[in-house]
Amino acid sequence: MSEVKGTGRVKRGMAEMLKGGVIMDVVNAEQAKIAEDAGAVAVMALERVPADIRAQGGVARMSDPDMIEKIQASVSIPVMAKARIGHFVEAKVLQSLGVDYIDESEVLTPADYENHIDKWDFTVPFVCGATNLGEALRRINEGAAMIRSKGEAGTGDVSNAMQHMRKIGGEIRRLSSMREDELYVAAKELQAPYELVKEVAQSGKLPVVLFTAGGIATPADAALMMAMGADGVFIGSGIFKSGNPAQRAAACVKATTFWQDAKVVADASRGLGEAMVGINVADLPAPHRLADRGW
Amino acid sequence: MKVGVLSLQGDVREHVSALIACGIDPIEVRRESELAEVDALVLPGGESTTIAQLSEIFGIFEPIKKRIAAGMPVYGSCAGMILLADQILDAKQGQKTFGGLDITVRRNAFGRQVDSFETDISFDDGSSDLIKAVFIRAPWVEKVGAGITVLASMDSHPVAVRSATLLATSFHPELTADHRIHRYFIEEVAKPALEKVK
Repeated sequence: MSEVKGTGRVKRGMAEMLKGGVIMDVVNAEQAKIAEDAGAVAVMALERVPADIRAQGGVARMSDPDMIEKIQASVSIPVMAKARIGHFVEAKVLQSLGVDYIDESEVLTPADYENHIDKWDFTVPFVCGATNLGEALRRINEGAAMIRSKGEAGTGDVSNAMQHMRKIGGEIRRLSSMREDELYVAAKELQAPYELVKEVAQSGKLPVVLFTAGGIATPADAALMMAMGADGVFIGSGIFKSGNPAQRAAACVKATTFWQDAKVVADASRGLGEAMVGINVADLPAPHRLADRGW
Repeated sequence: MKVGVLSLQGDVREHVSALIACGIDPIEVRRESELAEVDALVLPGGESTTIAQLSEIFGIFEPIKKRIAAGMPVYGSCAGMILLADQILDAKQGQKTFGGLDITVRRNAFGRQVDSFETDISFDDGSSDLIKAVFIRAPWVEKVGAGITVLASMDSHPVAVRSATLLATSFHPELTADHRIHRYFIEEVAKPALEKVK
């Protein structure tokens, strides 16, 4: 009767439990409590939300362990934290703190412009961003147990999240319609391992849970992403950069569960006050686009 | 028999597949009208705080509580176990449960995600075969009341318990291809309970 920790099933299973839920960015214990009270399934502990990282510039890194521990102590739901792409020591530090999930995130400044973290080497599970199917499968091949479409973080503009969800979904549907002898070339084109490509072609879905992120700011945005096939939603700056975070957070939770019911989404959208101001992704100069980080 | 899966949040899809494998055609339950259609209910894994809260917001909390009290058979895994417990420890302040099972459950008792694990344990359904048990930030049962049968334990803590109409596990059989526990719920808990009502 031996106990095995950190198995694929345990890591991917954890993400299955988050399905249909909203994961919210928080920067302190107070916000974490608000998120939990609003019905968040998990919180992402970080020092600055993406909108502030964008506004303030500079190098964005892993958060202070003290701050992460304060958040862990304040809520009973899972606590996630971000490490820089390729920064496996930040990831080891986060694992030692007992965070429940690590986001190897393009929102932070990458530490390695060629390699991502070897995620098989960890007990804690990882979520990684992707803009297309090939990128998602490369991350899964490196050990990611959950994928989120990247969108464009810190903008409040949902168009990139939409584009990435359409792209990932479209590429999966394309694989499903292929003859088996065409999958070798498909794998080459996707720059992804053949075994994973074949698995996706057969099952018609990613082998791990797919959330969406980046630019979601309203209950209708959250419902839109669910309608596009997301298993759940990350909301970063959208909540605590808005006029009434507690109410907006609860509204997004409702809309995520009842995304098929426009009346519920309508009710959730009433009287929320100001949404985050937002930036049009089209106005962002290419070097400032976070979604392009990751390889 | 019509079986529903409470589909507000969590691993609904996995429970639906497991029930289909047992020859059941389950429906997803989010509203009171859907609850009224089912004879038995499954509470999935997920975040117990979120599920309880959404149940309240959408007016299904009290109806579920009443149905449980009136003898509706229910199976809950992990978060579902917490939701069925009369008492919970390490809860969020003011966290509510449907209750019905006279047990005290400690949330996240096995630790954080880095402590999550899988193992093989024995399950007291008459078979001596071990069952694959996946524990994810799992709760355990700290105290059982009268009328509760312990079906499986881990380090002397009960991790599967039942009453006449309710079944709860700390672990997630829905994440494995072995549907023994779902079958046990249908055959040994739900069917006899519903027979009695008739």
